[in-house]
Amino acid sequence: MTDLDTFRAETRAWLEENCPPAMRQPIASEDDVVWGGRKAKLTPDQRLWLDRMAARGWTVPDWPVAYGGGGLSPEQTKILREEMARLKCRSPLQSFGISMLGPALLKYGNEAQKLRFLPEIARGEIRWCQGYSEPNAGSDLAGLQTWAEDRGDHFVVSGQKVWTSYADKADWIFCLVRTSREAKQGGISFLLFDMDSPGVSTKPILLISGYSPFCETFFDNVKVPKDQLVHQVNKGWDVAKYLLGHEREMISGMGLGGGGLGSGGPAALAEEAKRAAGVEADGRLADPLLRAQIALFEVRERAFRAMSERFIDELKHGRAHPAQPSMMKYYGTELNKARYELVMAAGGADALEWESEASHGGAKARAWLRTKANSIEGGTSEIQLNIVAKHILNLPGA
Amino acid sequence: MPLFLTEEQTMLRDSARQFVGDTAPVAHLRGLRDAADPVGFSPTLWKQFAEMGFAAILIPEADGGLGLGHVEAGVVLEEIGRNLTPSPFLSTAVGAVTALRHAGQGLRSHWFGRIAQGEAVAALAIDESAKHRPEQIALTAVRAGNGFALSGTKRFVTHGHVADLIIVAARTEGQPGTRDGITLFALDKGAAGLSARPERLADASLAATLEFDRVELTADQVIGEVGQGWAVLSALLSATRTAASAELLGVGGGAMDMTTAYLKDRKQFGVPIGSFQALQHRAAHLYCEMEVARAAVLKAQQLLDAGDAGAERAALVAKAMTGLATTLAVQEGVQMHGGIGMTDEYDIGFFMKRARVLAEAFGDANWAADSLARMGGY
Repeated sequence: MTDLDTFRAETRAWLEENCPPAMRQPIASEDDVVWGGRKAKLTPDQRLWLDRMAARGWTVPDWPVAYGGGGLSPEQTKILREEMARLKCRSPLQSFGISMLGPALLKYGNEAQKLRFLPEIARGEIRWCQGYSEPNAGSDLAGLQTWAEDRGDHFVVSGQKVWTSYADKADWIFCLVRTSREAKQGGISFLLFDMDSPGVSTKPILLISGYSPFCETFFDNVKVPKDQLVHQVNKGWDVAKYLLGHEREMISGMGLGGGGLGSGGPAALAEEAKRAAGVEADGRLADPLLRAQIALFEVRERAFRAMSERFIDELKHGRAHPAQPSMMKYYGTELNKARYELVMAAGGADALEWESEASHGGAKARAWLRTKANSIEGGTSEIQLNIVAKHILNLPGA
Repeated sequence: MPLFLTEEQTMLRDSARQFVGDTAPVAHLRGLRDAADPVGFSPTLWKQFAEMGFAAILIPEADGGLGLGHVEAGVVLEEIGRNLTPSPFLSTAVGAVTALRHAGQGLRSHWFGRIAQGEAVAALAIDESAKHRPEQIALTAVRAGNGFALSGTKRFVTHGHVADLIIVAARTEGQPGTRDGITLFALDKGAAGLSARPERLADASLAATLEFDRVELTADQVIGEVGQGWAVLSALLSATRTAASAELLGVGGGAMDMTTAYLKDRKQFGVPIGSFQALQHRAAHLYCEMEVARAAVLKAQQLLDAGDAGAERAALVAKAMTGLATTLAVQEGVQMHGGIGMTDEYDIGFFMKRARVLAEAFGDANWAADSLARMGGY
């Protein structure tokens, strides 16, 4: 038995013993997702599962132990994920701290910042939001205007952000601010601060899903200590770009179904469709065109799964093209939107219910509508295609 | 195993790229087409392929071959595709060799050496209708003497009129539509009762309709077990589907390269047309589709080489995905070239024609997706 085989056996045994049965059920609705933070209300099973995983550093298995991680190798991390998938263990913690800020701090944070912020991210103690977009700076992100005035030992921040995901539920924000007006990208800094600071206010935006995951966020003379500046003044764009790469990877992962409602794969979609549309004598779904759509979706999903595997392998070996996350983000989000169109088609009238108990409060319809943002947030599909055209195909500038 | 080429595989790709690009670029196909070549490929070139060792890639070392895998065969096929090289590589070095790997020692020693040396070309006689429906095999093999007699018709048999070896899938029992009762045979050239009628296809390749009128075979010519041929046929088809996918990747990649070069070069309104966002987005989308297809093909090749149970599904995914992606590549290629793309003088149309033929071979994207759905129980 190799070391990895031993690791797999031990991991499997530990998960079987420590993952509560309720945490092996599929996620039924957005309310079921554990985001952590000071305001989080966890069920006892959610709390137990999060604490047990965090104690081993397995909420962030590949981070160094000193920062609250598990210190696992890429191979061990892959095994952990495979074994979790095998037992249908839920992810113990969904977190922008893990998927976005953490990697940026690991690369650009100073030692004091790493020791201060990373362990609490790993334990899910602080829920983070991302202050990037502004009313006139979405796809043209570098056009942002929120101003941070240097006052010696601190900054004073004023301005407005928009599309701030879960700002009303977040404890802290990682925020792009302008510290110089002389250069567009070269005048931006990357600040971390507490959403409870005086001068911060948020206003949820009601979306087509009936939810308000996004907010408008206002800063009115917010005082931010200098030791909460990441990297250097006016060098925030480097951090932002690096973080965006991770955000795009995270979003492209949705192409594989994530843990969401369509994650049972094409066969589960087809089962749902059989319940709604019936079955032919030979066992086939009695809606030949829907069946064909699911089948062609299965082709793309499996092919994209291979693409994701290849991308991770290339990343691990330092061979990935820097524009590759754009390609993954584009394809993954378009695929996820296609998945949820099929979720709706397979469910028929049942999937359209908006409030009933049977529909978990219209979970499918709301999730379907939510996916429409996938190709807008984190850089629109069109921006990703621009990046592929320019940096991979080397097509000329317009 | 990481999902990218190893250093050795990259070296093989580079030498295949140089060799095929130098000896058989698209002009080679054009020349054969213009001469109405009755063979369909250049036997001299095939001999050179064999001298490079390409024909022996999948032949086990114990049988005198290189003992390499489907990844390596795919590397060569992609270059064949990129240059639209007419070649018996797919049917011989992949299809027939895969079948013969399941054969007894007699057939192995009879054929492997000749294939490796470029002395034997093989054809795969599987389809009987215009669409690929392997379960519908109706050509009968009835017991006759100490062997069998074959009767029926096979279609879409590339190189069928000139092949030295024909791998035939026949029915020894059961009704069309069932998988039981299929038997595979290794038939020699010139058998009595066999006639071949080659037809030129849209891409200038030749595919034969083979008529079997009580063609007699000995029991030694059976590959595997009588009536149990589905497993071997299935392995052969997974290998050839994956191989056709690799060739399609080359065709699509070649078309895309031509097109992006044209986008940079061709000026309208005083600027390169590649600076127009409408075209940039379509080109970038095409690139994504081709990359996803590429990953699917490598996955299928690696699973085949590992003998993994998931290989059959992965081969279907690869065939469907490359069918879709390459079809898009050639359609965008012709469209973005504008009027010149419609001319025979320009090469892009040749890519479109080859893509159509390869996308149809061994099951098109719809058929492959349907097969996946059946395997998934829906």
